[in-house]
Amino acid sequence: MATKVHMEALSPTMEEGRLVKWTKKEGDAVKSGDTLAEVETDKAVMELVARTDGQLLKVLVQEGATVPVGNIVAWIGKPGEKVNGAGSTEQGAAAPKSTPAPTAAAPKPAARAPAPPSRPAPTAPAPVAVQPDATRVKASPLARRIAKDAGVDLKLVQGSGPGGRVVKRDVEGGAPQATAAVAAPAPRSRTPAPSGAPYEDVPLTQIRKTIAKRLAASIGPIPHFFLTSEVDMERAAEAREALNQQLGEGGGKISFNDIIIKAVALALVQHRACNAWFQDDHIRYWNEVHIGMAVAIEDGLITPVIRNADVKSLREIGAESRELASRARNRRLKPEEYTGATFSVSNLGMFDIDQFTAVINPPEAGIVAIGSIVPKAVPDGERVMVRRRMRLTMSCDHRVIDGATGAAFLKTLKQMLENPLAMLL
Amino acid sequence: MATLTYRDALNQALREEMQRDPNVFLMGEEVGVYQGAYKVSRGLLEEFGPQRIVDTPIAELGFTGIGVGAAMGGIRPVIEFMTWNFAVLALDQIVNSAAKMLYMSGGQIPMPIVFRGPNGAALQLASQHSQAWEGWLTHIPGLKVVAPATPADAKGLLKSAIRDNNPVIVLEGEMLYNMKGDVPDGEHLVPIGKAEIKREGSDVTLVCHSKTLSVALKAAEQLAEQDISAEVLDLRSLRPMDEAAILESVQKTNRAVVVEEGWPYVGVGAQVVDIIQRDAFDDLDAPVQRVTQADVPMPYNKVLERAAKASPEKVVAAARRVLYLDS
Repeated sequence: MATKVHMEALSPTMEEGRLVKWTKKEGDAVKSGDTLAEVETDKAVMELVARTDGQLLKVLVQEGATVPVGNIVAWIGKPGEKVNGAGSTEQGAAAPKSTPAPTAAAPKPAARAPAPPSRPAPTAPAPVAVQPDATRVKASPLARRIAKDAGVDLKLVQGSGPGGRVVKRDVEGGAPQATAAVAAPAPRSRTPAPSGAPYEDVPLTQIRKTIAKRLAASIGPIPHFFLTSEVDMERAAEAREALNQQLGEGGGKISFNDIIIKAVALALVQHRACNAWFQDDHIRYWNEVHIGMAVAIEDGLITPVIRNADVKSLREIGAESRELASRARNRRLKPEEYTGATFSVSNLGMFDIDQFTAVINPPEAGIVAIGSIVPKAVPDGERVMVRRRMRLTMSCDHRVIDGATGAAFLKTLKQMLENPLAMLL
Repeated sequence: MATLTYRDALNQALREEMQRDPNVFLMGEEVGVYQGAYKVSRGLLEEFGPQRIVDTPIAELGFTGIGVGAAMGGIRPVIEFMTWNFAVLALDQIVNSAAKMLYMSGGQIPMPIVFRGPNGAALQLASQHSQAWEGWLTHIPGLKVVAPATPADAKGLLKSAIRDNNPVIVLEGEMLYNMKGDVPDGEHLVPIGKAEIKREGSDVTLVCHSKTLSVALKAAEQLAEQDISAEVLDLRSLRPMDEAAILESVQKTNRAVVVEEGWPYVGVGAQVVDIIQRDAFDDLDAPVQRVTQADVPMPYNKVLERAAKASPEKVVAAARRVLYLDS
C-alpha cells in the first residue's frame, strides 16, 4: 500500500509551508531520509524528507504552492501502484512534534545591498494546492472564549500549542504576547530591482506573513515601531544659506523642510525596502518616490504629495511644497494631490518640538517625524562644540520594515543631511 | 479524633453500625474465626456472635445470593469478598438481582445491602488477582459505588453505605489497609456522591479516587517544585459522581488529568472526561489527559508491574502536557 507524504510541521510554529522545489520527481526511487522537497516555513527553507522507501509515485502539490501542515503532498509506494490523487485535503497527524523553541532572535546586521540580484518572475505560479483550512484557526475552547470576550481576532494570534493551537496563554490579557518574538531571523530581502515599471508586487513570503500576522495585533492594525536619530544640521544650514544667497531675493527660499524632503527621497532610492506599501497579501515596492508632506490645516491635517521628489531639484520641491501647502490650508487640493504617497514626512520643528513619533499613513510603511533644529553642546574630540542638531524619528510598519532595514535607511538619511553634497552623487 | 489504620476505621464503622442496628450482619469467607483475610472484622465475632458474623464456604455466588435474599427480607447484610477479583463469580447476584430488585419490583422491594472488599492491584499478585473493578461496577444503574482513599473516608462512607437502602459497592484499596490517618470518633458520616478537594491548586486538576489519591498527591508535590499548582480532587463516590465538584475545579484550573487504577477502555476516567468536555467545554484549555493502568493484564514481573501502574511520574508528565509545557 502506498504511503502518504504529508506537509510536516518543520518549525514549532509552522502552520503552512510553501513548496519551494521538488528535489525528487515522480518516478524517482526514494529511500527513507532522502530529501523530497524544499519547503519554506515561517522561519526558513527546510527539507521535507521521505519517511519510507519506495518510488515517488505522485506529486500532488506544484512548486510555489502553499499547503497547510498535515495535507498530503505526495505518495510513495511500489512502482505501478495506484494512488489516490484527490487526497490532498486530508488532514493528517504526520507532523513530528517538537518542543516549542524560543523564537526571539537578533536581527542580522544591516549590511544589505539595496538591490538584490534577482527579482521574482512577473507571474507567480498559480497556487494549485487545496487549502481547505486556510481560514480555520485551531484554538482551545477556553482561548476562543477569552478571545471572544476580549474582542481579539484569533486569526491574528500565533498559537503556541501543538499544531499552532491557540491556547489560554496566547490570548491572556486580551492581546497576543507575540511582540517579543518579532525580530525573528532576518528575512532575505525581496526588494526588486528598478525595472521601469511604477511598482512591482511581491508576494508575501512565509516569514513576512508570520511577521505581519504577529505584529498586526500589537498596536492597532499597523504594528509601529520607532527609530530615532540625531542629525548634525550645521552643514545643511550652511548649504541652505549659500543656496538662498545664490537664488537672491527673486526666487523663493529653500527651507529646511525642502532639504529634508529631498534627502528622504534620495535615501529611499537607496533603501527601496522602505519605499513600500503593505497590501495584505503582498508588499508593493515602489520604483517611484512620492513623498507625502503632512500639513496642518484647520481642524485636521492632510498630506499633499510631492511626486518623484527624488528627481526634482530643491527649488522645484520648495516651490511645489509651498504651493501645495497653501492650497491645502485653503482646502483646494485635488484628490490626486494628496493620495499616492510612497512615504511621508511630518515636520513639527516650527513648534519647538524636540522629537515626536508620527503615525503611519497606510498603506505606506513609514514616516519620518522631524523635530526642531536646536543648538546643542556636542563633544568633538577633546573640545565641546555648539552645533545645530535635529532629531529624526522614523515610524516603521513592522510588517514591511524590520529594525535593521529602517536603521539602515535612517543612517543614509542622516549622512545625506550631514553632508548635503552627497545628494549630488 | 483518633489515628487509625484504614482497616481499623472500617472495623470501627462495622462495629458502630452493628451496635446501632441489630439488623446489620456481616457475611463472607473467613470473616469470623479468622477475623477477615485483611483483619477488617477483628473482634467482631467475639462481640456479636456467629448469628451476625457469618463464615461462609468458598462459594461467592451462593453467599451473595443469601445476602440478597436477606435484604429482600428486610435485614441489612454486609457481604465481604476476600477480594473483588473473586466477586466476579457473584456478579449475577450483584448485577441481576441486587441492582435491579427495586426497579423490577416496581419500588416494592428495597435492597439495603453492602458489598465490600479489597480492590485494585497490590504487589505481585499477578493478573488474575490484580484488578480494579470500578469500571465494571460503576457501569450498572441501580448500584452505588464508593471508593474511599483515607481512613476517615473509609469509616464515613462504609457507615453511609450500611444505612443506605440501595445496594452499595464499597471498594477498599488493597494497598490502603495499613494506611494511617485521623478518624473522627463516633457518628462520622461521609455522604455518598460528594467529592472532596484534598489539596487546593490553580493550574491543573488531578481527579483521582482510592489508591490514586496518594499518587496524585505525590505528583502534586513534584509539580509544586516546578511551580505548578495542582488541585487534587478525590471523587470518593464513583456513582453517583460529584459532577459539580469536578466542573467547579476545572472551571478554576482550565485543565484536568484523570488518574485511576483501572484500564483505560471505558474506565471511570472516561466518564469524568465526558462530564468535563460536555459541561466545561468553554473552560478547557487543553484536551483532558488520563493516567491509567497500562492496557494489559497486570504483569507478575515486579519491574513490569511497576511500569504498568499509574505513577506520580506519569501524572506529572500528563499535567505538563495539559499545560503545554511538553508535547
